[in-house]
Order: sequence, then structure tokens, then C-alpha cells
Amino acid sequence: MSDKKPERRDFLFTATYAVGAVGAAAVVWPLVDQMNPDASVKALASTEVDVSSLKPGNTITVLWRGKPVFIRRRTQEEIDVARSVKMEDLIHPEKDEDRAKNPEWLVMLGVCTHLGCVPLNDKGDYDGWFCPCHGSHYDTSGRIRKGPAPWNMEVPKYEFVNANTIKIG
Amino acid sequence: MSDHEYTPKSKVGKWFNDRLPLLTLANHLTDYPTPKNLNYWWTFGGILTFCLITQIVTGLVLAMHYIAHADMAFESVEHIMRDVNYGWLIRYIHANGASMFFLAVYIHIFRSLFYGSYKSPREIIWIIGIIIYLLMMAAAFMGYVLPWGQMSFWGATVITNLFSAIPFVGEGVVTWLWGGYSVDNPTLTRFFTLHYLIPFLILGLVVLHIWALHVPGNNNPVGIDVKKPSKDTVPFHPYIVIKDGFALLMFMIVFAFFVFYAPNILGHADNYIEANPLVTPAHIVPEWYLLPFYAILRSVPDKLLGVVAMLSAILILAVLPWLDTSKIRSAVFRPLYKQFYWILVADVLILGYVGAMPAEGLYLLVARVATTYYFLHFLVILPVLGLKERTIPLPLSITEPVMGGSPNMAMAKKNESKIE
Repeated sequence: MSDKKPERRDFLFTATYAVGAVGAAAVVWPLVDQMNPDASVKALASTEVDVSSLKPGNTITVLWRGKPVFIRRRTQEEIDVARSVKMEDLIHPEKDEDRAKNPEWLVMLGVCTHLGCVPLNDKGDYDGWFCPCHGSHYDTSGRIRKGPAPWNMEVPKYEFVNANTIKIG
Repeated sequence: MSDHEYTPKSKVGKWFNDRLPLLTLANHLTDYPTPKNLNYWWTFGGILTFCLITQIVTGLVLAMHYIAHADMAFESVEHIMRDVNYGWLIRYIHANGASMFFLAVYIHIFRSLFYGSYKSPREIIWIIGIIIYLLMMAAAFMGYVLPWGQMSFWGATVITNLFSAIPFVGEGVVTWLWGGYSVDNPTLTRFFTLHYLIPFLILGLVVLHIWALHVPGNNNPVGIDVKKPSKDTVPFHPYIVIKDGFALLMFMIVFAFFVFYAPNILGHADNYIEANPLVTPAHIVPEWYLLPFYAILRSVPDKLLGVVAMLSAILILAVLPWLDTSKIRSAVFRPLYKQFYWILVADVLILGYVGAMPAEGLYLLVARVATTYYFLHFLVILPVLGLKERTIPLPLSITEPVMGGSPNMAMAKKNESKIE
């Protein structure tokens, strides 16, 4: 093959394969992309939550985009513990100040970053959250401290609309 | 295809066969020469075919009554159980049928491991088998999601999240699989579609599996080549048909026991609670047939490496024909391999047990030791053993040990001298 000089016909074959491959890819893409979130899923609006009834030390769980969101009104003790942790002790170093702008309120996706279970409140070796599925321990800032989960629980985009209402998303 | 020319007796048969040689195929299948020393461990191929057909037939019926929608799936399954005529029976056969299918496939796989059926010239049969096994796991997992109970929902969440371990694109892949930001209605409808598709892919692969089998013919308990047709073989029909049929009958008794007396024993009570995205059940455990791999996943403390270890545990089987360096097929003539074989069986059972237990303390330690041993078996023990092991001499033909009463030539000779 290699010592044969390329002919006009070889060029035609190569060009045909190339056009065919581009055509096939163009047809496959819509078939693949139809599985991505559709317009109605993406259009899901933000959620507003009334948190006036929450006492310090209480957590509520609300559903946002099909996922649970934890809203915890933390006690002073929990805030102090979360803020005194040294960065080098953390698996995924993040300052509590960055995770909870208003230290009293911790808002995060209640989804374990290992395989997506919902961790249990007030449990685990760090008195934060504990995931029953594969044993990940989170601290009072929702940061991963022990177990197979690679990251801290994710803090979504949220804001206080007024003193009593949090808007997630 | 056949080892001899075949001509249909009737004129019509001949006319048809000249145009589409289906009768030649049927003749090949009935006359197919089979080693006469096949034992009952060889009947699981037929049993597995029965399992596949059972799942397809009961699945078709269930699909006539089931509604693949997040708001209605759970109720439609209860509707099948309570309202549909014999719906309870058909659903219990389908649900327990999955377990029976895996029970049979595990026996079938371990039969291959013991008698070296994966070795040359049967590597392609083996690899097709591994692909079928992977598709079976995918079908079983997606089928378990369809009732939309708590275990369905959280099992789906955990398993799809395995893909989030892929570096860089993992999160995007998971969103793509879900069709949203969590397991929800789009996930359910696509799982239903794929659950319906996969059994037919398996059916196609089974045809290739049997086709590839019929090229070299069956392996046998002695593990040496047979001359066919010869005194070493019997025709598939009626000899193997009757033997397979009897074994199938025994298997159906076990099957019927589960369906009629313990239909929920292999399931989880949590799956009779409708899916709730806010609460994860305290103990998430996969179905029993996935437990050994689940134990391997949990025994590795790193997310990505855990997933890699779990997948490797399955895929390592595909390269087994090249990891096992021994030319001797049957464990009957490999005294050391035989012992390691049974240690592997125990190891997999232990992995299955710890997979069902919480991943902590002693269970976790045992899981780690058993996981390490699993990989040692395939990556170190098998390659080394093939080079070092002193095997027992093979008999000259499969007829020899049958006539001599022992599969071992030395023993057969001793028996001969006794007779003299």
C-alpha cells in the first residue's frame, strides 16, 4: 500500500469518508443532546423560603430544582467551631466566612458530594451532617471532614429578600 | 454450518431449504455433537435462555399496564399488584426472575472459571458473555428504578452519581443522564425505554454467544478437545435436550418457591414507600447480585478510585483468557488452581456479605482485604500459577476416564491393573 502513489480515486475515497463522518456526527448530535435538560427543566424558577419560624439550632429542608436545600440557623457555638478550624485540617479547604456570609445562616445543597444521598442533620463525628449511604462526615459549615466524599456540600446562589425570606437561585 | 451435508426428505422441505436453509440450521442444532461427559453444571446455558425468555414475556405484559411517569409509576405498579388479572403473579415472576437470572449466570460464570472454558479457542464466547453480563446489570438496575419507590429513587441517584467521578466532564455527564438537575421524570422515562431495549440486545448477543460456541464446540469437565463426531460425543438431541430439560425443571422448583412463598424476600421493604427526594433511606443497599461490586466500591476511600476499582473488578474478567497462563483448562488437573478457585468463590461470597453490611469497623477492614485478594487472584496468582504449577497428566481422550471410572489417567491405569 505505502509504495503505491495516491491516485485521484484515493482522494475521492478519503473525501467521501470525511464528508460521511461529518454528516454522521451532525445527525448524532441532536440524538445525544435531546437527553440534556430541556427548556421546561431549565426554566424552573427560583424558590423563596420564609425562615422566620426557624430557631437557632434548627434546620429546614426545601426542594429546589428537584434537590433538597438545607437552611440552618446556626447557634453561636456552631459558628465558633466552624470558624476556628484550621485550613490545613480540611479536605476541601473553604473558609466558613465564604460559605456563610451571614454567619447565623448556612444555606447549602443537601446533597452528599460522594454519590448524591441526603445527609442526616446533627449527626456524625463533627456534629454537622452525616451521610448514611457511605459514611461521609460533614462539620457545622457543611465541609467534608471524613469519608469518601471529595468536596464540601455546595452553597447555591441565594440572597435575603428581606429579614425573613431567602431566595434560592 | 453442519459437519455433514443435509438434505430435507420432503419435496417442499427441499424447495424451501434451497431458498432459505433454515432446515439445515435446525438439523445442525439437533445433531450438534456434544461431549458425552458434560455434567449438570453445563445445563445453565439452557436455563439462562429460559430466564431471558421469561423476562421478555413477563416484561412485555407488565409494560401494557405500567405508566412511566414520576407521578403515576408507583401507583401503576400497585395497580398491577391489586387490580390487573394475575398482575401480582406476572410482576412477582418478573422481579424474582431477575434474581433467578443472576443466580444462573453466576453459576454459569463460575462453571467457566472452574473448567477453564474461557481459554483458547473460546475467548470470543467468553467476552460476549461478559458483555451480556454487563448488559444484564444495566437492565436489572434500570428495571429496579421503574417502580419509583424509595430504593428505586436513591439507587438511581447513587448509581448515576458514579459517573460524576469522571474528571472534568463528570457533572455534565450526570446532568445529561438525568435530563435535569436530579433524578426525576425525564430520568424515569429514558430508563424505561432502555430497560425495554436491553433484553433484545442481550437476545442478539446470545445468538452470537451460541454461534461462537458452535464453532469449536463445548468444553467439557476433562477440558481436552474432543474429536467430533466420534465416540466422545453424543448428538444434542435428545441427549442434552433431556438433561437440560430435567435441570430446568429443578431450577423452576426453586424459582416457584421464591415467587409463591417468599416473593419479597430478595427485595427491600423501603421500595414500597413512594420515592421522596428529601429523605434518603437509612440503609441503601443494592440488590443481592450487585453486592460484591458494591463492597469493592465502598472499600476504597477515594471517590474516583472507588469507581475505577469497581469497574475494573468486572472488566478484568474480559482479559482473563490472557491473564491465566496455564494451557490446562480443567481445574481437575490443576491441584493448586483448584484450591485458589475455591478461595476466590469464598472471597466473592465474603464481598457480597460485607457489601450488605454498613461500611464501618470490622466490615470495612474485611471488605478491603477481600477486595485486595480479588485483584491479587487475577493479576498475580493466575499468571504465576500457570507457569509454576505441576499439573496432573491429562487423559488421552474423554472416553478414557469415563471408561476407567476416574478422570485421572494414573487412577484409570491403576483401575485397569486391578481388573487384570
